[in-house]
Amino acid sequence: MAETGASAAARAAEEQSRNGSDPGRRRAGGFGRPSLLRRLATEIEKRLAADLDARDPDFIRENLPLAWLASSLWFRGQVRGMDRIPESGPVLLVGNHSGGNVTPDTTVFTLAFNAYFGVERPFYQLAHNLVLTSPIGPFLRRFGTVAASHENARKALDRGATVLVYPGGDWEVNRPTWESNRIDFAGRKGFIRLALDTGVPIVPVVSIGGQETAIFLTHGERLAKFLRLDKLLRLKTLPVNLSLPWIVNVGDFLGHLPLPAKITVQVMEPIDLRERYGDDADVERIYDEITAAMQEQLNELAEERRLPILG
Amino acid sequence: MRIEEKITIDAPRHLVWNYVTEPANYPVFMEGLTRWRVEGDRHSGLGARYRMLIRVGAAEMGGLIEIVEWQPEGDMAWSSVTGVDQRGRWRLREQTDGCTRVTFRFAYGVHGFGLTGLIAEHVAARSLRRQFKQSMRNIKAAVEEQAKVAAS
Repeated sequence: MAETGASAAARAAEEQSRNGSDPGRRRAGGFGRPSLLRRLATEIEKRLAADLDARDPDFIRENLPLAWLASSLWFRGQVRGMDRIPESGPVLLVGNHSGGNVTPDTTVFTLAFNAYFGVERPFYQLAHNLVLTSPIGPFLRRFGTVAASHENARKALDRGATVLVYPGGDWEVNRPTWESNRIDFAGRKGFIRLALDTGVPIVPVVSIGGQETAIFLTHGERLAKFLRLDKLLRLKTLPVNLSLPWIVNVGDFLGHLPLPAKITVQVMEPIDLRERYGDDADVERIYDEITAAMQEQLNELAEERRLPILG
Repeated sequence: MRIEEKITIDAPRHLVWNYVTEPANYPVFMEGLTRWRVEGDRHSGLGARYRMLIRVGAAEMGGLIEIVEWQPEGDMAWSSVTGVDQRGRWRLREQTDGCTRVTFRFAYGVHGFGLTGLIAEHVAARSLRRQFKQSMRNIKAAVEEQAKVAAS
Protein backbone atom coordinates (compact mmCIF):
# COMPACT_ATOMS: atom_id res chain seq x y z
CA MET A 1 0.00 0.00 0.00
CA ALA A 2 1.28 3.44 -0.87
CA GLU A 3 2.31 5.57 2.04
CA THR A 4 -0.38 8.05 2.95
CA GLY A 5 0.28 11.72 3.53
CA ALA A 6 -0.80 11.27 7.12
CA SER A 7 1.64 8.50 7.92
CA ALA A 8 4.48 10.47 6.34
CA ALA A 9 3.52 13.48 8.43
CA ALA A 10 3.38 11.38 11.57
CA ARG A 11 6.81 9.94 10.92
CA ALA A 12 8.31 13.35 10.17
CA ALA A 13 6.83 14.78 13.34
CA GLU A 14 8.13 11.88 15.36
CA GLU A 15 11.62 12.30 13.94
CA GLN A 16 11.58 16.01 14.64
CA SER A 17 10.58 15.49 18.23
CA ARG A 18 13.27 12.85 18.71
CA ASN A 19 16.22 14.83 17.40
CA GLY A 20 14.93 18.16 18.63
CA SER A 21 15.88 19.86 15.38
CA ASP A 22 12.56 21.49 14.77
CA PRO A 23 13.15 25.27 14.56
CA GLY A 24 9.51 25.92 15.39
CA ARG A 25 9.97 24.18 18.70
CA ARG A 26 13.01 26.24 19.56
CA ARG A 27 11.23 29.46 18.64
CA ALA A 28 8.23 28.54 20.75
CA GLY A 29 10.37 27.70 23.72
CA GLY A 30 9.00 24.14 23.88
CA PHE A 31 5.39 25.15 23.60
CA GLY A 32 2.85 23.36 21.47
CA ARG A 33 3.81 23.25 17.80
CA PRO A 34 5.69 20.00 17.42
CA SER A 35 3.50 18.11 19.82
CA LEU A 36 0.39 19.65 18.27
CA LEU A 37 1.59 18.66 14.83
CA ARG A 38 2.45 15.21 16.06
CA ARG A 39 -0.88 14.81 17.79
CA LEU A 40 -2.72 15.98 14.67
CA ALA A 41 -0.78 13.65 12.40
CA THR A 42 -1.27 10.73 14.79
CA GLU A 43 -4.97 11.47 15.00
CA ILE A 44 -5.28 11.56 11.20
CA GLU A 45 -3.29 8.37 10.89
CA LYS A 46 -5.49 6.71 13.49
CA ARG A 47 -8.65 7.74 11.69
CA LEU A 48 -7.42 6.38 8.37
CA ALA A 49 -6.18 3.06 9.74
CA ALA A 50 -8.56 0.17 9.22
CA ASP A 51 -9.53 -0.48 12.80
CA LEU A 52 -12.34 -2.90 12.12
CA ASP A 53 -12.94 -3.23 15.85
CA ALA A 54 -14.10 0.39 15.97
CA ARG A 55 -17.44 -0.79 14.57
CA ASP A 56 -19.88 -0.88 17.47
CA PRO A 57 -23.13 -2.86 16.95
CA ASP A 58 -24.80 -1.35 20.04
CA PHE A 59 -23.96 2.16 18.87
CA ILE A 60 -25.43 1.36 15.44
CA ARG A 61 -28.57 -0.06 17.03
CA GLU A 62 -28.99 3.03 19.16
CA ASN A 63 -28.65 5.32 16.17
CA LEU A 64 -30.89 3.42 13.78
CA PRO A 65 -33.99 5.39 14.87
CA LEU A 66 -32.37 8.62 13.66
CA ALA A 67 -31.36 7.02 10.36
CA TRP A 68 -34.84 5.53 10.06
CA LEU A 69 -36.51 8.91 10.62
CA ALA A 70 -34.29 10.63 8.05
CA SER A 71 -34.71 7.81 5.55
CA SER A 72 -38.45 7.38 6.03
CA LEU A 73 -39.69 10.92 6.48
CA TRP A 74 -37.19 13.07 4.59
CA PHE A 75 -36.00 10.78 1.78
CA ARG A 76 -38.98 8.38 1.67
CA GLY A 77 -36.41 5.68 1.08
CA GLN A 78 -37.28 2.47 -0.66
CA VAL A 79 -34.81 -0.39 -0.86
CA ARG A 80 -35.68 -3.38 -2.99
CA GLY A 81 -34.08 -6.77 -3.44
CA MET A 82 -32.30 -7.14 -0.07
CA ASP A 83 -32.98 -10.87 -0.34
CA ARG A 84 -30.51 -11.01 -3.22
CA ILE A 85 -27.61 -10.37 -0.84
CA PRO A 86 -26.12 -13.72 0.24
CA GLU A 87 -27.19 -14.43 3.81
CA SER A 88 -23.75 -15.22 5.09
CA GLY A 89 -20.10 -14.95 4.14
CA PRO A 90 -18.19 -12.02 2.71
CA VAL A 91 -19.88 -9.94 0.04
CA LEU A 92 -18.68 -6.92 -1.93
CA LEU A 93 -21.52 -4.49 -2.51
CA VAL A 94 -20.76 -2.09 -5.36
CA GLY A 95 -22.88 1.03 -5.59
CA ASN A 96 -23.27 4.19 -7.58
CA HIS A 97 -22.96 7.28 -5.43
CA SER A 98 -24.83 10.57 -5.42
CA GLY A 99 -25.52 13.72 -3.43
CA GLY A 100 -22.26 15.64 -3.11
CA ASN A 101 -20.69 15.36 0.32
CA VAL A 102 -24.10 14.54 1.81
CA THR A 103 -24.86 11.11 0.43
CA PRO A 104 -28.40 10.01 1.26
CA ASP A 105 -28.03 6.76 -0.68
CA THR A 106 -25.53 5.60 1.96
CA THR A 107 -27.84 6.52 4.85
CA VAL A 108 -30.82 4.78 3.30
CA PHE A 109 -28.90 1.66 2.32
CA THR A 110 -26.94 1.34 5.56
CA LEU A 111 -30.18 1.52 7.52
CA ALA A 112 -31.77 -1.09 5.25
CA PHE A 113 -28.82 -3.46 5.61
CA ASN A 114 -28.63 -3.19 9.39
CA ALA A 115 -32.40 -3.54 9.81
CA TYR A 116 -32.61 -6.49 7.42
CA PHE A 117 -29.65 -8.55 8.58
CA GLY A 118 -29.34 -7.18 12.09
CA VAL A 119 -26.51 -5.10 13.49
CA GLU A 120 -24.77 -8.34 14.48
CA ARG A 121 -23.72 -8.97 10.86
CA PRO A 122 -20.42 -7.19 10.25
CA PHE A 123 -20.89 -4.51 7.61
CA TYR A 124 -18.27 -1.95 6.56
CA GLN A 125 -18.48 0.98 4.21
CA LEU A 126 -15.45 2.40 2.43
CA ALA A 127 -15.22 6.18 2.46
CA HIS A 128 -12.95 8.92 1.21
CA ASN A 129 -10.13 9.98 3.57
CA LEU A 130 -11.64 13.45 3.83
CA VAL A 131 -14.84 12.03 5.29
CA LEU A 132 -13.01 10.05 7.96
CA THR A 133 -10.78 12.93 8.95
CA SER A 134 -13.75 15.29 9.23
CA PRO A 135 -15.47 15.94 12.61
CA ILE A 136 -18.02 13.20 11.88
CA GLY A 137 -15.23 10.69 11.26
CA PRO A 138 -15.31 9.08 14.75
CA PHE A 139 -19.11 8.71 14.51
CA LEU A 140 -18.83 6.98 11.13
CA ARG A 141 -16.05 4.66 12.29
CA ARG A 142 -18.39 3.28 14.95
CA PHE A 143 -20.91 2.71 12.17
CA GLY A 144 -18.32 0.60 10.34
CA THR A 145 -16.92 3.18 7.93
CA VAL A 146 -13.25 2.69 7.03
CA ALA A 147 -10.91 4.59 4.69
CA ALA A 148 -11.24 3.42 1.10
CA SER A 149 -8.24 1.27 0.22
CA HIS A 150 -7.67 -2.18 -1.21
CA GLU A 151 -5.96 -3.24 2.01
CA ASN A 152 -8.78 -2.11 4.32
CA ALA A 153 -11.42 -3.75 2.17
CA ARG A 154 -9.45 -6.94 2.04
CA LYS A 155 -9.05 -7.04 5.82
CA ALA A 156 -12.79 -6.74 6.25
CA LEU A 157 -13.60 -9.35 3.60
CA ASP A 158 -11.07 -11.73 5.12
CA ARG A 159 -13.05 -11.46 8.35
CA GLY A 160 -16.18 -12.56 6.49
CA ALA A 161 -17.76 -9.11 6.52
CA THR A 162 -19.90 -7.39 3.92
CA VAL A 163 -18.18 -4.37 2.39
CA LEU A 164 -19.91 -1.52 0.58
CA VAL A 165 -17.76 0.31 -1.95
CA TYR A 166 -18.56 3.26 -4.18
CA PRO A 167 -15.94 3.12 -6.95
CA GLY A 168 -17.08 6.49 -8.41
CA GLY A 169 -16.73 8.02 -4.92
CA ASP A 170 -15.86 11.69 -4.69
CA TRP A 171 -15.99 12.04 -8.48
CA GLU A 172 -19.39 10.51 -9.07
CA VAL A 173 -21.17 12.32 -6.19
CA ASN A 174 -20.38 15.64 -7.82
CA ARG A 175 -21.43 14.85 -11.37
CA PRO A 176 -23.62 17.59 -12.85
CA THR A 177 -27.35 17.31 -12.34
CA TRP A 178 -27.95 16.71 -16.05
CA GLU A 179 -25.86 13.55 -15.69
CA SER A 180 -27.85 12.30 -12.69
CA ASN A 181 -28.94 9.11 -14.39
CA ARG A 182 -25.45 8.07 -15.36
CA ILE A 183 -23.16 5.51 -13.73
CA ASP A 184 -19.75 7.17 -13.62
CA PHE A 185 -17.01 5.16 -11.92
CA ALA A 186 -14.34 7.26 -13.67
CA GLY A 187 -12.62 4.10 -14.87
CA ARG A 188 -11.85 2.92 -11.31
CA LYS A 189 -11.52 -0.84 -11.41
CA GLY A 190 -9.98 -1.61 -8.00
CA PHE A 191 -13.20 -3.28 -6.84
CA ILE A 192 -12.91 -5.89 -9.60
CA ARG A 193 -9.33 -6.76 -8.67
CA LEU A 194 -10.42 -6.98 -5.05
CA ALA A 195 -13.26 -9.39 -5.88
CA LEU A 196 -10.95 -11.49 -8.05
CA ASP A 197 -8.22 -11.59 -5.40
CA THR A 198 -10.56 -12.58 -2.60
CA GLY A 199 -13.04 -14.70 -4.59
CA VAL A 200 -15.90 -12.75 -3.04
CA PRO A 201 -19.15 -12.22 -4.99
CA ILE A 202 -20.04 -8.74 -6.19
CA VAL A 203 -23.57 -7.48 -5.60
CA PRO A 204 -24.33 -4.27 -7.54
CA VAL A 205 -26.52 -1.75 -5.74
CA VAL A 206 -28.09 0.97 -7.87
CA SER A 207 -29.74 4.04 -6.41
CA ILE A 208 -31.56 7.04 -7.77
CA GLY A 209 -32.59 10.35 -6.24
CA GLY A 210 -29.41 11.41 -4.47
CA GLN A 211 -28.41 13.75 -7.26
CA GLU A 212 -31.70 15.62 -6.88
CA THR A 213 -30.86 16.81 -3.37
CA ALA A 214 -29.10 19.90 -4.80
CA ILE A 215 -28.35 21.36 -8.21
CA PHE A 216 -24.90 20.12 -9.11
CA LEU A 217 -23.17 22.35 -11.62
CA THR A 218 -19.65 21.09 -12.19
CA HIS A 219 -16.81 18.94 -10.93
CA GLY A 220 -14.78 22.15 -11.03
CA GLU A 221 -11.59 20.74 -12.57
CA ARG A 222 -10.75 24.02 -14.31
CA LEU A 223 -11.53 25.99 -11.17
CA ALA A 224 -9.19 23.80 -9.11
CA LYS A 225 -6.47 24.26 -11.69
CA PHE A 226 -7.03 28.00 -11.93
CA LEU A 227 -6.74 28.33 -8.14
CA ARG A 228 -3.64 26.08 -8.25
CA LEU A 229 -5.34 23.69 -5.78
CA ASP A 230 -4.00 20.75 -7.75
CA LYS A 231 -0.46 21.90 -6.88
CA LEU A 232 -1.05 23.32 -3.41
CA LEU A 233 -3.47 20.74 -1.95
CA ARG A 234 -3.48 17.97 -4.53
CA LEU A 235 -7.16 18.67 -5.15
CA LYS A 236 -7.99 17.99 -8.78
CA THR A 237 -11.59 19.14 -8.51
CA LEU A 238 -13.51 21.86 -6.75
CA PRO A 239 -17.18 21.00 -7.20
CA VAL A 240 -19.81 23.70 -7.30
CA ASN A 241 -23.49 23.21 -6.55
CA LEU A 242 -26.53 25.29 -5.72
CA SER A 243 -27.85 24.17 -2.36
CA LEU A 244 -29.24 25.22 0.99
CA PRO A 245 -28.28 27.10 3.07
CA TRP A 246 -25.31 28.35 1.04
CA ILE A 247 -27.07 28.98 -2.27
CA VAL A 248 -23.76 28.87 -4.18
CA ASN A 249 -21.76 26.10 -2.55
CA VAL A 250 -18.13 25.84 -3.62
CA GLY A 251 -16.32 22.68 -2.55
CA ASP A 252 -19.24 21.38 -0.43
CA PHE A 253 -16.72 21.06 2.41
CA LEU A 254 -19.36 21.74 5.08
CA GLY A 255 -22.02 19.74 3.31
CA HIS A 256 -25.46 21.16 2.65
CA LEU A 257 -29.09 20.67 3.59
CA PRO A 258 -30.29 18.09 1.08
CA LEU A 259 -33.61 18.58 -0.64
CA PRO A 260 -36.11 15.86 0.34
CA ALA A 261 -35.72 13.80 -2.82
CA LYS A 262 -37.15 10.30 -2.84
CA ILE A 263 -34.33 7.75 -2.73
CA THR A 264 -34.90 4.39 -4.38
CA VAL A 265 -32.28 1.65 -4.14
CA GLN A 266 -32.32 -1.56 -6.13
CA VAL A 267 -30.10 -4.50 -5.18
CA MET A 268 -29.12 -6.60 -8.20
CA GLU A 269 -28.27 -10.28 -8.50
CA PRO A 270 -24.85 -11.37 -7.15
CA ILE A 271 -22.03 -11.96 -9.62
CA ASP A 272 -19.34 -14.56 -9.02
CA LEU A 273 -16.53 -13.24 -11.21
CA ARG A 274 -14.51 -16.49 -11.33
CA GLU A 275 -17.58 -18.49 -12.23
CA ARG A 276 -18.70 -16.10 -14.93
CA TYR A 277 -15.38 -15.02 -16.41
CA GLY A 278 -13.03 -17.87 -15.56
CA ASP A 279 -9.51 -17.71 -14.18
CA ASP A 280 -8.15 -15.46 -16.96
CA ALA A 281 -10.69 -12.76 -16.29
CA ASP A 282 -10.27 -9.57 -18.30
CA VAL A 283 -10.72 -6.68 -15.87
CA GLU A 284 -11.65 -4.24 -18.66
CA ARG A 285 -14.38 -6.51 -19.91
CA ILE A 286 -15.78 -7.13 -16.43
CA TYR A 287 -15.78 -3.39 -15.74
CA ASP A 288 -17.64 -2.66 -18.97
CA GLU A 289 -20.21 -5.37 -18.34
CA ILE A 290 -20.88 -4.51 -14.70
CA THR A 291 -21.20 -0.79 -15.34
CA ALA A 292 -23.43 -1.49 -18.37
CA ALA A 293 -25.72 -3.71 -16.27
CA MET A 294 -25.88 -1.08 -13.54
CA GLN A 295 -26.59 1.61 -16.13
CA GLU A 296 -29.46 -0.46 -17.49
CA GLN A 297 -30.86 -0.81 -13.97
CA LEU A 298 -30.49 2.92 -13.37
CA ASN A 299 -32.32 3.64 -16.64
CA GLU A 300 -35.20 1.46 -15.43
CA LEU A 301 -35.35 3.30 -12.13
CA ALA A 302 -35.26 6.62 -14.02
CA GLU A 303 -38.17 5.52 -16.21
CA GLU A 304 -40.23 4.74 -13.11
CA ARG A 305 -39.61 8.21 -11.79
CA ARG A 306 -42.29 10.70 -12.76
CA LEU A 307 -41.00 13.91 -11.21
CA PRO A 308 -37.63 15.02 -9.79
CA ILE A 309 -37.52 15.12 -5.98
CA LEU A 310 -41.10 13.81 -5.65
CA GLY A 311 -40.09 10.56 -7.29
CA MET B 1 -44.94 1.54 22.26
CA ARG B 2 -47.92 -0.80 22.46
CA ILE B 3 -50.50 -1.41 19.78
CA GLU B 4 -53.69 -3.36 20.32
CA GLU B 5 -56.26 -4.39 17.74
CA LYS B 6 -59.46 -6.34 18.33
CA ILE B 7 -61.91 -8.04 16.04
CA THR B 8 -64.82 -10.45 16.37
CA ILE B 9 -64.78 -13.40 14.02
CA ASP B 10 -67.88 -15.38 13.26
CA ALA B 11 -66.19 -18.74 13.66
CA PRO B 12 -65.43 -21.20 16.46
CA ARG B 13 -62.34 -20.59 18.50
CA HIS B 14 -60.43 -23.67 17.40
CA LEU B 15 -60.59 -22.56 13.75
CA VAL B 16 -59.17 -19.15 14.60
CA TRP B 17 -56.49 -20.74 16.77
CA ASN B 18 -55.46 -23.13 14.01
CA TYR B 19 -55.25 -20.26 11.59
CA VAL B 20 -53.11 -17.87 13.68
CA THR B 21 -50.77 -20.59 14.91
CA GLU B 22 -50.00 -21.97 11.45
CA PRO B 23 -46.75 -20.29 10.32
CA ALA B 24 -47.58 -20.76 6.64
CA ASN B 25 -50.52 -18.34 6.99
CA TYR B 26 -48.50 -15.35 8.12
CA PRO B 27 -47.25 -14.25 4.70
CA VAL B 28 -50.89 -14.49 3.55
CA PHE B 29 -52.63 -12.39 6.17
CA MET B 30 -49.94 -10.17 7.72
CA GLU B 31 -49.75 -6.88 5.85
CA GLY B 32 -46.23 -5.60 5.13
CA LEU B 33 -44.55 -8.88 6.07
CA THR B 34 -41.60 -9.24 3.72
CA ARG B 35 -39.91 -12.23 5.25
CA TRP B 36 -41.14 -15.12 7.32
CA ARG B 37 -39.28 -18.34 7.84
CA VAL B 38 -39.38 -21.12 10.39
CA GLU B 39 -35.97 -21.40 12.07
CA GLY B 40 -34.99 -24.75 13.52
CA ASP B 41 -36.89 -28.02 13.78
CA ARG B 42 -39.93 -26.85 15.68
CA HIS B 43 -42.75 -25.79 13.36
CA SER B 44 -45.00 -24.30 16.05
CA GLY B 45 -45.63 -24.42 19.78
CA LEU B 46 -43.58 -23.28 22.72
CA GLY B 47 -39.98 -22.62 21.73
CA ALA B 48 -40.65 -22.40 17.98
CA ARG B 49 -38.57 -19.71 16.32
CA TYR B 50 -39.25 -17.60 13.26
CA ARG B 51 -37.22 -15.09 11.34
CA MET B 52 -39.51 -12.25 10.38
CA LEU B 53 -39.29 -8.85 8.76
CA ILE B 54 -42.03 -6.30 8.30
CA ARG B 55 -41.80 -3.18 6.17
CA VAL B 56 -42.00 -0.03 8.27
CA GLY B 57 -41.16 3.21 6.49
CA ALA B 58 -37.83 2.97 4.70
CA ALA B 59 -36.73 -0.33 6.22
CA GLU B 60 -37.68 -3.90 6.80
CA MET B 61 -37.61 -4.37 10.56
CA GLY B 62 -37.75 -7.45 12.70
CA GLY B 63 -35.40 -10.26 13.56
CA LEU B 64 -35.59 -13.63 15.23
CA ILE B 65 -38.62 -14.24 17.46
CA GLU B 66 -39.52 -17.13 19.74
CA ILE B 67 -42.84 -18.42 21.05
CA VAL B 68 -42.70 -17.97 24.82
CA GLU B 69 -46.29 -18.72 25.81
CA TRP B 70 -48.65 -21.32 24.39
CA GLN B 71 -52.07 -22.02 25.83
CA PRO B 72 -54.02 -23.95 23.21
CA GLU B 73 -57.04 -22.08 21.85
CA GLY B 74 -56.32 -19.27 24.27
CA ASP B 75 -53.08 -17.32 24.23
CA MET B 76 -49.92 -17.41 22.20
CA ALA B 77 -47.12 -14.92 22.89
CA TRP B 78 -43.72 -14.33 21.39
CA SER B 79 -40.67 -12.31 22.17
CA SER B 80 -37.69 -11.14 20.13
CA VAL B 81 -34.36 -12.93 20.36
CA THR B 82 -32.44 -10.62 18.00
CA GLY B 83 -33.33 -7.46 16.10
CA VAL B 84 -35.89 -4.90 17.21
CA ASP B 85 -37.19 -5.49 20.75
CA GLN B 86 -40.73 -6.79 20.44
CA ARG B 87 -43.39 -8.81 22.20
CA GLY B 88 -46.60 -9.97 20.65
CA ARG B 89 -49.71 -11.87 21.71
CA TRP B 90 -52.77 -13.47 20.24
CA ARG B 91 -55.60 -13.69 22.73
CA LEU B 92 -58.71 -15.65 21.71
CA ARG B 93 -61.91 -15.62 23.76
CA GLU B 94 -65.13 -17.42 22.97
CA GLN B 95 -68.29 -15.30 22.88
CA THR B 96 -71.69 -16.52 24.01
CA ASP B 97 -72.98 -16.35 20.42
CA GLY B 98 -70.32 -18.77 19.21
CA CYS B 99 -68.14 -16.03 17.73
CA THR B 100 -64.50 -15.55 18.74
CA ARG B 101 -63.12 -12.31 20.07
CA VAL B 102 -59.55 -11.89 18.85
CA THR B 103 -57.11 -9.50 20.45
CA PHE B 104 -53.72 -8.83 18.93
CA ARG B 105 -51.13 -7.01 21.00
CA PHE B 106 -47.80 -5.85 19.76
CA ALA B 107 -45.26 -4.00 21.87
CA TYR B 108 -41.93 -2.78 20.55
CA GLY B 109 -39.33 -0.37 21.67
CA VAL B 110 -36.10 1.39 21.08
CA HIS B 111 -35.88 2.29 24.76
CA GLY B 112 -33.01 4.36 25.98
CA PHE B 113 -32.23 5.68 22.51
CA GLY B 114 -33.21 9.24 23.35
CA LEU B 115 -35.65 11.58 21.72
CA THR B 116 -35.14 10.17 18.23
CA GLY B 117 -36.10 6.74 19.53
CA LEU B 118 -39.32 8.09 21.02
CA ILE B 119 -40.22 9.97 17.85
CA ALA B 120 -39.39 6.94 15.68
CA GLU B 121 -41.59 4.71 17.86
CA HIS B 122 -44.57 7.05 17.46
CA VAL B 123 -44.07 7.58 13.74
CA ALA B 124 -43.75 3.83 13.16
CA ALA B 125 -46.90 3.17 15.21
CA ARG B 126 -49.08 4.97 12.68
CA SER B 127 -47.97 2.73 9.88
CA LEU B 128 -47.98 -0.46 11.98
CA ARG B 129 -51.47 0.18 13.33
CA ARG B 130 -52.77 0.49 9.78
CA GLN B 131 -51.03 -2.73 8.76
CA PHE B 132 -52.32 -4.68 11.78
CA LYS B 133 -55.89 -3.45 11.27
CA GLN B 134 -55.80 -4.78 7.72
CA SER B 135 -54.20 -8.02 8.90
CA MET B 136 -57.06 -8.59 11.33
CA ARG B 137 -59.56 -8.04 8.55
CA ASN B 138 -57.64 -10.56 6.43
CA ILE B 139 -57.81 -13.16 9.23
CA LYS B 140 -61.52 -12.57 9.69
CA ALA B 141 -62.21 -13.04 5.97
CA ALA B 142 -60.07 -16.19 5.74
CA VAL B 143 -61.39 -17.90 8.89
CA GLU B 144 -65.03 -17.04 8.26
CA GLU B 145 -64.64 -18.51 4.79
CA GLN B 146 -63.21 -21.69 6.36
CA ALA B 147 -66.12 -21.80 8.83
CA LYS B 148 -68.61 -21.51 6.00
CA VAL B 149 -66.94 -24.34 4.10
CA ALA B 150 -66.90 -26.48 7.28
CA ALA B 151 -70.58 -25.79 7.94
CA SER B 152 -71.63 -26.68 4.40
